[in-house]
Order: sequence, then structure tokens, then C-alpha cells
Amino acid sequence: MTARMEQRFADVAAEGRPVLVTYFMGGDPDFDTSLAIMKALQQAGADIIELGVPFSDPMADGPAIQLAGQRALKAGQTLAKTLELARRFRADDQRTPIVLMGYYNPIYIYGVERFLTDALEAGVDGMIVVDLPPEMDDELCIPALAKGISFIRLATPTTDDRRLPKVLENTSGFVYYVSMTGITGSALPDTSLIAGAVARIKAHTSLPVCVGFGVKTADHARAIGATADGVVVGTAIVNQIASSLTEEGRATEATVPGVEALVRGLAAGVRAARLAAAE
Amino acid sequence: MNQPPKPNSFRSGPDEEGRFGIFGGRFVAETLMPLILDLQDEWARAKNDPAFKAELENLGRHYIGRPSPLYFAERLTAELGGAKIYFKREELNHTGSHKINNCIGQILLAKRMGKTRIIAETGAGQHGVASATVAARFGLPCVVYMGATDVERQAPNVFRMKLLGAEVKPVTAGHGTLKDAMNEALRDWVTNVDSTYYLIGTAAGPHPYPEMVRDFQAVIGEEAKQQMLEAEGRLPDLVVAAVGGGSNAIGIFHPFLDDEGVRIVGVEAGGKGLDGDEHCASLTAGSPGVLHGNRTYLLQDGDGQIKEGHSISAGLDYPGIGPEHAWLNDIGRVEYVPIMDHEALEAFQILTRLEGIIPALEPSHALAEVIKRAPKMGKDEIILMNLSGRGDKDIFTVGKILGMGQ
Ligand SMILES: Cc1ncc(COP(=O)(O)O)c(C=O)c1O
Repeated sequence: MTARMEQRFADVAAEGRPVLVTYFMGGDPDFDTSLAIMKALQQAGADIIELGVPFSDPMADGPAIQLAGQRALKAGQTLAKTLELARRFRADDQRTPIVLMGYYNPIYIYGVERFLTDALEAGVDGMIVVDLPPEMDDELCIPALAKGISFIRLATPTTDDRRLPKVLENTSGFVYYVSMTGITGSALPDTSLIAGAVARIKAHTSLPVCVGFGVKTADHARAIGATADGVVVGTAIVNQIASSLTEEGRATEATVPGVEALVRGLAAGVRAARLAAAE
Repeated sequence: MNQPPKPNSFRSGPDEEGRFGIFGGRFVAETLMPLILDLQDEWARAKNDPAFKAELENLGRHYIGRPSPLYFAERLTAELGGAKIYFKREELNHTGSHKINNCIGQILLAKRMGKTRIIAETGAGQHGVASATVAARFGLPCVVYMGATDVERQAPNVFRMKLLGAEVKPVTAGHGTLKDAMNEALRDWVTNVDSTYYLIGTAAGPHPYPEMVRDFQAVIGEEAKQQMLEAEGRLPDLVVAAVGGGSNAIGIFHPFLDDEGVRIVGVEAGGKGLDGDEHCASLTAGSPGVLHGNRTYLLQDGDGQIKEGHSISAGLDYPGIGPEHAWLNDIGRVEYVPIMDHEALEAFQILTRLEGIIPALEPSHALAEVIKRAPKMGKDEIILMNLSGRGDKDIFTVGKILGMGQ
């Protein structure tokens, strides 16, 4: 894992609170606005930034993230431009880890070796590739690890104890626990079930466990952060962006401040999380 | 491009990881992985279980109407003046196409796995109808995802699915065609993993689907081989089938792959021509990529975004192709060629008038290729074509294009 990722988890742990991971779609609604959004996420208190790579066929995503990807593609976003976003962000901020999240085909077409070289050079710390399970590790996971980029795996409610070791084997950075069987943007299940699942995963690994899918409010962040090492918020941010756009899907003056305000609330939520746990 | 070495047999794939050469595999979200492994185990057990085989054969005979006839198209042969043309008449199957062969097989598996709900994607609606049919026959609820564009152009099949008790969910994402329906079916599956069986309609998707669907459809080629030996005392010189995702084609091709003297041709949808984007010829005009659980040839741009294809026939309107076809193409065993919309339309009319058979627009593509090749072949040569479906669903589309009114 990159030193930057390790340092961030260590620093946040020292504060006695979970990390806040925020997802947004690179290039939504356009390149410049999304760079401003990325910077706003960091300023509002996001600890790790998940940078979405748009794909025409996002099979694991709900309508909100599907539409965000369509807006980005329409505005001309590509994988190369998403790497450029990372590079531009990194020029001003050397401490916030960036994790690319998307699907394999754009990376495969870009070329795995070339992608890893360019991603590392752009200051990317890790990646989540939804359609590459451990059975497909030779494709990208092993080459990424060899280059020192984290390959963050999704563990899900269907990942039972028998399968968990396989899922965790080449995982690095953190483990992303998907709170439900479903797509992004669904409703959050009972948080006590999630706590049990997090405990089960932690029994198998020393890596931090972050929980995502369905986390939308500061209250969710606080409740889940009571047991998990981090919470991931995506659809709520993407929805916030969408609600600020013009009918033609263009950015307005409210776009960036809206995201910033939302994430400030979420950051307060994770900061209250361990207090909640101690109650 | 350097060609991979020729294997001893063209029929031994896929390997344990579900690969045909570099194609195939299991590119799915972790949530689905345990389920796909379960399915693979269940399929491995079922195919060696005599009781499973017996049930499949029994339903094949009495429910589907197998074996389907091998028909010598005498008038068409005379008209073209070359090779003898035989049709494997899958359009006579219950529900009107080859799709039912696969649906019966998979629903028996779903039952074995204790699943209580069936989902399917459909383009032309033939697979949707076949899925709704077997769901009714086995008493399971069924949801069919269908692109909104296809809901419109294949209206008779939408009505049939509804009558059969299935819920048809129109998908508006993307261009509202087969690819988008498949995305939506995958989203449903990932949400309802415990209860739901995803009945994929073509020889594509993550392992073990391409292999499993092929094996359920291979009955077409096995019967045809036997029937051809009985009719002519020898194997055909040329086997032709239309390729959407590739299930009817691999079904008739597979038993002939190791027969050296048999040339094999797959026909893709050339749409309005390969120059622009309005076609669905993933092998002739696409490049390898990863979509819907497998690596295969895809229509895509330089950033790896999948393009929407176009074909007059909803069943061929898919920007990918089953991974085994991708491999057979690269290794040179099967030749893949495009046929344009207007050529298919003309073939549709020729067959209707000369033989009194209204074909679906999908096999009309295969027929157009047969019409091109037969006159150039000797009268002692034999062509076998998979007549994969009947054209009832297409008569309104065709009538409109031909200005026949309704
Ligand atoms: C009659 C018929 N033939 C062919 C196809 C194409 O599918 P496949 O390539 O899987 O056979 C379809 C698809 O709907 C069809 O209905």
C-alpha cells in the first residue's frame, strides 16, 4: 500500500475516529467543476477520495451513479482525463489518498501496464474495480500490487467465512464492505447487521474495514462509524451534485458549495462516531 | 496478428476458469461470485446425472417437440441453382425458436438449486417468451427485462410474455436495447441473489453460462448431424447460422467443429453497413474487451466505452458475442461475415414466397449468406442452415418497411 494511505489511516486512528471516504464521479458534470468538487471534498473533511471512472455499462450501480457517468461521458470524460484530474488534485495536496473506482474495460483498453504507470505518476494510491473478483487477480490486481498501488476488494454479505480468506488474500489498503446485496444507492440495512459483518471480517484481517453502499446521512455515518474503521459515502454526494445542475445538466453556483456543505455534515458525523460508541 | 496454435480438438474448451483462449472468464462483482461458483458445481453434477438427462430428453421430446425436422429446401435450391440447401427447423419448436432448448435446461437447474424466482433479459423477445413459458410450466414467478426500444418493435412478444404471467420491465437506460436489458437483469440479480436464478438467453456472460448454454443448444447440431447422415449419407460441406450472442450458432456448430471437411460460417448483423456505427458486427468490426462477465469482441470506442449497435433484428442487436465465437474466430476455425439489413429483408421475402416459411429476421441474416454462397457451389455440395426462429414476431416490422400497411 502507498505510504500516503497508511499514514492517513494511522493519523485518523490516532484521532480516535473512523475515516470518511467520499465518492464522486470524475468529470461530472464537467472536468473543471469536478476538479473543484474534488478539492471541496478534501476541504470539507473527507479523508480519502474515491474518484469514479465513468463506464457506459455500470452493472453494479443504481440510477444516480449511472446518470452521473452518462453526464461525465457526455462532457467528454475519459480514463486519461480522470487520471489528469488526480494529477491536478495531487499538485496541491500530497496527503489525501486517491482511490480510483470503476469497471475493468476502460483500464483493459488503456493497457494495464500503461495505466498503472500513469496512475502512479498521477498520485493514485489505490483502485476498486468492481468486476474483477479474486478469480481474476492476474488481470490487474497482481500487477498493481507489484507497482505498489493498493487493490481494494469488495467483501459482501454473500462472501462467507469459507470465501473470505480468498477475497482478503491480495487485498491491500483497506477492505470495502458492501453493506447489502444490491447496487449503489439502495437503502441502508439494519446497522446492527453491519456491525456483525464488520466484526466477522476483522477476525480475518488486520486491514481497516470501511463500509459503503447506502450510507447517506451524518447519522448513518455516525452509526456505522461506531464499529467500522471507515464509512464510504457516494450516492448522496452524486445526488447532491445532480440536484444543483441546470436542466441541461450544467453546473451552477450552488454545485460546489452544496457538496462542501453535505460533506461537512458527514465529517461531523464520523467525528461523533466514537463518542456514540462510548455512550 | 499472430494466431494462437491450433488445438488437437476445437471442442475441449473452456478450461476450469471458463476461458476459451484469452476469451471468457468470470468478470463479475463479488456479490455474484459465490452464486456463480454454486451454479458451476450444480451444473457439473447435473450433466452427469442420468435423471437430469432423462428429464431434459423427456421435456425435449414432449414439450418442445424435438427432434426438430431437417428439411430439404427444394424450391430454394432449384432457384439458386447450386448447392443443396437444408434447414434445421428450430422455428418449429414450442415458442417458435431455439431459445426454449436452453430455457428448459436452465430452469431444471434453477429447480435443483432451490431458486424461487426467475429473471431474464430479452432482445427480440424470443428468449423472454421462452423464459416466461418455462416459468409458467414450472410454477415460478418470472421478470423479464427488455429494452424500451425493443418493447416497441417486438410488441407481439411482449403481449405473449404478459399472457404467460411474466412481468415485463422496460429498460430505458442507454438506447433501450439488449445490452441495457442485460445490465438491468444483472442489477436485479445482485440485489436478489438468494432467491433468484438468472436465466441468460445466449452463450455469453460469466462462466459457466457460455459453456452451459452451448451444451443445452448442442442438441441442434447433434440431431442435424444424425439427420444429415440419414438423408445424404454424409456430412454437409457448409454450416451457416446467424450470430447475436451466439447460442443458436454455437449449438449447431459445436458438434461439427472437429469435422475437417465442414466449413462453418457465422453471420453477424451488418446493419446499415460497417462504415459507420449502425451495425452489430462485433467480430468483423469490434475488438477484444470485457463486458457482462466475459472477455470477448465488443463494439467500443478508444476509451473502452461500449457502443450501441444497430440491426433491423432485435435479436442480433447486441454489441458483444459469446466468448467461444471470439476464440473460434481468432483461431480461424469459423469464418464470420456481416449481412446488411436490406439483404436480410430480401432473404426473408424469398424464403416466405419460395418455401412458405416465414423466418425470423435473425436467421434471415444466415439465409442471405446462404443465398450468396449456394449459386457458387456445386450441385453435389450441401449447405446446412440453422433456421433458428419463425417470423411471426417480425411481420409488423417487415410489413411497415415494405409499405404493406396493416
Ligand atoms: C430466432 C432467433 N435467432 C437468433 C437469435 C440470436 O441469438 P443467439 O445468437 O443467441 O442465437 C435470436 C435472439 O433473440 C432469435 O430470436
